[in-house]
Amino acid sequence: MLAYILRRLLYAIPILIGVNLLTFALFFVVNTPDDMARLQLGAKHVTPEAIARWKVEHGYDKPLLLNAQATGSARFTDTIFFRHSASMFAFKFGKGDDGRDIANEIRTRMGPSLAIALPVFVIGLMANITFALLMVFFRSTYLDLWGVVLCVVLMSISGLFYIIAGQYFIAKLWNLLPISGYAGGIDGFKFILLPVLVSVAAGLGSGARWYRTIFLEEIGKDYVRTARAKGLSEARVLFRHVLKNGMIPILTGAVVVLPLLFMGSLITESFFGIPGLGSYTIDAIQAQDFAVVRAMVFLGSFLYIAGLILTDISYSWVDPRVRLQ
Amino acid sequence: MKPLLVVRDLVTEIGVARVVDGVSFHVVAGETYALLGESGCGKSMTALSLMRLLPDGGRIASGDVRLGETDVLALPERDMRRVRGGRMAMVFQEPMLALNPVLKVGDQIGETLALHQDLGGQAARDAARALLDAVGVPDAARRLDTYPFELSGGLRQRVMIAMALAGEPGLLIADEPTTALDVTIQAQVLDVLRRLRAERRMGMLLITHDLGVVAENADRVGVMYAGELVEEGARDAFFATPQHPYSRMLFEALPRPGDGGRLATIAGQVPRLDGTLRGCRFAPRCPFAIARCRTEPPGWQDFGGQRVRCHLVGTLPAGSVRERVPHIVAEHVPQPLLQVEGLKVHFPIRRGFIQRTVGHVRAVDDVSLAIEAGRTLALVGESGCGKTTVGKALLRLIEPAAGTIVLGGETVTAKNASTLRRQAQMVFQDPFSSLNPRMRVMDILLEGMDALGVGAAVARRDAVTRLLRQVGLPDDAGGRYPHAFSGGQRQRIAIARALAVSPRLVICDEPTSALDVSVQAQILNLLKDLQGELGLAYLFITHNLAVVEYLAHDVAVMYLGRIVEQGPAAGVLRAPRHPYTQALVSAVPRIEPQIGQGVIRLAGDQPSPLDPPTGCPFHPRCPQAGAVCRQTYPGQTELGGGHWVRCHWVAGQA
Amino acid sequence: MSLGAFKVLPVILWTDALIFALLAAVLALVWFIRRQPHLRAPWAAVARRPMAMGAALVLAVFVTIGLLDSLHYRERLSDSPPDRPQYSVEVLSAFDALVGKLRTQQEKTYSAPLAMQLYAKEFIERGGATVRAYPRLKYGGAQLKQADARVPDLVRRVILGLAQGLAASLLLFGLLAAWQTRHRGMAFGEWLSVWGTGRLGWPGRTVVLTLALMLMLGTATFHLAAAYHVFGTDKVGQDVLYIALKSIRTGLVIGTLTTLVTLPLAIVLGIAAGYFRGWVDDVIQYAYTVLNSIPGVLLIAASVLIVQVAIEAHPELFDTAAARADIRLLALCLIMGVTSWTGLARLLRGESLKLRTLDYVEAARAFGVSHARIISRHIFPNVFHLVLISIVLDFSGLVLAEAVLSYVGVGVDPSMYSWGNMINGARLELAREPVVWWQLGAAFAFMFTLVLAANLFADGVRDAFDPRTGGRR
Repeated sequence: MLAYILRRLLYAIPILIGVNLLTFALFFVVNTPDDMARLQLGAKHVTPEAIARWKVEHGYDKPLLLNAQATGSARFTDTIFFRHSASMFAFKFGKGDDGRDIANEIRTRMGPSLAIALPVFVIGLMANITFALLMVFFRSTYLDLWGVVLCVVLMSISGLFYIIAGQYFIAKLWNLLPISGYAGGIDGFKFILLPVLVSVAAGLGSGARWYRTIFLEEIGKDYVRTARAKGLSEARVLFRHVLKNGMIPILTGAVVVLPLLFMGSLITESFFGIPGLGSYTIDAIQAQDFAVVRAMVFLGSFLYIAGLILTDISYSWVDPRVRLQ
Repeated sequence: MKPLLVVRDLVTEIGVARVVDGVSFHVVAGETYALLGESGCGKSMTALSLMRLLPDGGRIASGDVRLGETDVLALPERDMRRVRGGRMAMVFQEPMLALNPVLKVGDQIGETLALHQDLGGQAARDAARALLDAVGVPDAARRLDTYPFELSGGLRQRVMIAMALAGEPGLLIADEPTTALDVTIQAQVLDVLRRLRAERRMGMLLITHDLGVVAENADRVGVMYAGELVEEGARDAFFATPQHPYSRMLFEALPRPGDGGRLATIAGQVPRLDGTLRGCRFAPRCPFAIARCRTEPPGWQDFGGQRVRCHLVGTLPAGSVRERVPHIVAEHVPQPLLQVEGLKVHFPIRRGFIQRTVGHVRAVDDVSLAIEAGRTLALVGESGCGKTTVGKALLRLIEPAAGTIVLGGETVTAKNASTLRRQAQMVFQDPFSSLNPRMRVMDILLEGMDALGVGAAVARRDAVTRLLRQVGLPDDAGGRYPHAFSGGQRQRIAIARALAVSPRLVICDEPTSALDVSVQAQILNLLKDLQGELGLAYLFITHNLAVVEYLAHDVAVMYLGRIVEQGPAAGVLRAPRHPYTQALVSAVPRIEPQIGQGVIRLAGDQPSPLDPPTGCPFHPRCPQAGAVCRQTYPGQTELGGGHWVRCHWVAGQA
Repeated sequence: MSLGAFKVLPVILWTDALIFALLAAVLALVWFIRRQPHLRAPWAAVARRPMAMGAALVLAVFVTIGLLDSLHYRERLSDSPPDRPQYSVEVLSAFDALVGKLRTQQEKTYSAPLAMQLYAKEFIERGGATVRAYPRLKYGGAQLKQADARVPDLVRRVILGLAQGLAASLLLFGLLAAWQTRHRGMAFGEWLSVWGTGRLGWPGRTVVLTLALMLMLGTATFHLAAAYHVFGTDKVGQDVLYIALKSIRTGLVIGTLTTLVTLPLAIVLGIAAGYFRGWVDDVIQYAYTVLNSIPGVLLIAASVLIVQVAIEAHPELFDTAAARADIRLLALCLIMGVTSWTGLARLLRGESLKLRTLDYVEAARAFGVSHARIISRHIFPNVFHLVLISIVLDFSGLVLAEAVLSYVGVGVDPSMYSWGNMINGARLELAREPVVWWQLGAAFAFMFTLVLAANLFADGVRDAFDPRTGGRR
């Protein structure tokens, strides 16, 4: 088990290097820092001097990979690649265009992101499973049929609609909750409630439908017939036997996204004014703040890989048949 | 005696198909009633109807089922749950699938105990352990905490039985309880069932397709065909003189030792049950059918203690209907075709941090074989012994680790593999996975010829037509897709595909084990005919000894990757010398009472090839094992006439 | 408007070319499938499902509009000399020509659906005096003399439209019945009862009802749109119905062309990984883990920013704004395709791993059949249903994704008609009093209709093709 985790961690390194090289290529090779400068400065202010100044300000005035003028190890370290890409392995992200330290921003913004994403994850999972189990319990009745139709309708609605409609009706029209904003501690509860509610509702259709398929697949298996042949009631068959087996793909599928919860949700946070990593990212994209975008790409991949490793570990926890080797 | 279970005129429908149609029988406490029939005849559906566990879309249309005084079909669902598992319990076919994979064995048994005996906690644990002891699971206390996947097939089925017994049922329904098991394990499990039935005075409804299993286990027999019961009687009477033509044909289709003649086959197929059926359902396939059979459904007739549903009862000719036409046997000129020396196939075991290879599974370890042109060598063994791997390694579908293969005088290497592929071909076990569902039969047959460049391209289509005729398929079969054919027809297509490149050796990997007895007979006849006509040699890989006796000239018995005994078929099967072969032969359920041989029951399971025992790999299960067996691998002991064994015990006797 | 060759210059945008290539490919595939019974059977099963067929009809309407909107041209400027013709920089489509006035009747700014006055009060001169009031629209309800004539006029138009739609439906139904009764040799009453109870063997009831509903809706909208802005107007006074209809093409392009990019990557890499295993598998798995590990929106955002830089660096390549927006749309499809092949590739890899061990592949190997042939004859045809299911399932997700990306600012060109841009442009107006809801409403309604139809159709396809979930709802 330990050897397995170690091996997976080692395997993560080439992947992170791949991500790093890819982002480096996208941000510095395909488009040179000159292009970036031009885009940022806007058409009116483009002069060679302005570009040069912009590059110095952002530290993009170094050679890409190899600094011929420097000596010793500085030949490799005093380059854009080393300073802006390789340094990310040490979680040194540098500063954004607004001059703030990115690593620091990430630390302070993780909290608000988690405050939304974690409840959405937990409540959403429970809501989806409950809805799916209900449909499975009433399978081949009209209740199930209309349940599925409802799921398809729910998943055909744009996620933006849930947010806008939620904000408009619940917050603006009926004044039940604040439209947007965030506060730490207990006071923050009223701010969190609406985004969580909206996000859970937006995920319900596809989630419940998917889980229903998983449960239905389990219910067709032989061991379920055995359980019925013992004289167990349908509810016990469903909760003790089907649920336990169906939870394996559901849980392990959910674990992948667990670390990514730190990243928050782009759209939800930006609509509700949550000062989390999601809104940070979206602001960076809209302001074309490449340093922040690069940092978020790296962080995202790092968390995704952590999720993959967690998935494997969770498999060995919930499924006795899986032994990590 | 008052019957335990009485079924009257049971009719079960799935959709529009009447899968069970007017079945009536009874089971008395302490007896075994066997429902016998081929796949799709409705025997499992009968059992599920009794338990009221029909699949979605199934319903009991009419009939009466009484368990003691209880009207089972009239019970509300809540009360039915007390009956299920409590008064009648069921054992299913596939123990791996029928047990919940993520619940511990003890919990699964405990569930039934809690439900029907109100046991919980330590009391339930003790009871579960006692049950596992009763079904012969060794080390029962520890096994309670294992998961089903940690157990072997035989142990799983014992757990399944223990679970069924936990509610102390009066009636045990066993649906093909041993079909998924190896023959030595089957013998163990059937022993357990017999013993328990006697100890607990249970009634048992045994559902099986295997006449041998019926002969050794049942007190009374009911034969089902196309949803109906067609014959019923006491076992001895039934086996002495089966009355219904269908029953008779089943017997005739069974390959029997010392019988060189053609097997009887049943033409056609089981009729579809959703159409309107007129007359006797068997009439379209019955060689004795008269006009009346086609119009008037026969009623029950008593005949010599048996009940038969046939217009012709008593008028059928006595004795066999089998054509006494021997197969054409080509002149046998000893001419070596295939010679294998020291074949080894190893699969690496990777472990640890960098997945380095820490050892090898010796799936095939030092196997030597020889087949002469026009002869059949049967490679016999239980699942996991490596026999299929031998077949695939010969064709280099799996790269062997060592050994020489000489085919038609030429040593096979990676370079001349294409020459080899024209000389040797393979027929696979499962006719459903061996034909690409997206290709026409014509294209399937052309594939090999195209790839190997057999004959001129223009002549190939004619060759296909000829091949189809040769294996007994209609001429228009080429334009159709595999799903249009039955299992037996598909296997014919697979044989035609192998023959398309005119090989001299055909490796048949369990080609009949997925087929019903009557269809198996057709395929065996075909294989024998083709051997006579074309002088083919077969390497026949199988676990079915009855087929071996019918078809093979020579036999090699494999155990854990090695050949333990080899020689002429008659010698090896009638006078086996290796303790494993002896056990294997005696474990096969037979129709005829066995004379002269004591029944040898092997203990335990085949060990894992990952960790084979030292010395003779068979020693942990061998009744004759001595100290030397644990240490050294036995050498070859010649017994004359090409018959040899690898066994210290035999060597000591000689 | 004349469409004579000398009056217009046909314009073939990149996406137009690809769309019509795709259409040709689909038609060729249909022709091929019709001749293969085992391929036709599951489609016949799809055709027997009422929900799927109803959805297919709705989709067909959307696709028709999208295709019409993909036939682009530029009008010749009326004052250009005949020997050296000059063409307008505005790229129009056959669809624009068909709807005519809908495009050109532009108001000053916002107006509510079916209104005859502007949304905001303005100083207008009335009878010599300047008063602050709601000015009348230039086109919406312009035919009316007085404000209180509006409601009766609306009702009249709706009823007229519905009646015409109903009449047309009945006519079509009559034709269907005539053909069917003759074809099946049934009496009309008998056929009617068979039709009414849904025992035709094809979902006749659903098809007829869906068609009738759409016809009635269409004719009613037609009559209303002739004199009003059915969904109001936007900030610059353009008809929202027109914008929403024009957005259909964008949605369809993203939903289909992206998949077109995904497919070759996913099929080739997925099958290769599963079939060859070993180092090929390692490399492909590495590639898709790397791609997968980068958060999708970020990867798309980064790539789109880069494309944007490239487009801005080379303005000389595009002669019209439409061509520029089109290249960005195409780039978006490419980027989304390149970043989203991993899911299908993984699925195909798993399936190929299973298939390669099957006996029929072993049998082919025993004949020494080449890898290329094994893959093309044994593996690919047996994973094709997965490809198909994923195409139809992905479509709706892509349409929805466009809205989100446009909101983030990395979607289609801001000048392009798209539901995402509509939502993006309108969402801040929700804060106004009274609320400007019609833009959002129209965008969401159109998007919802398309996505729902696509989802229902995809369900039918999946049930028919996937043996695992087959026959189960």
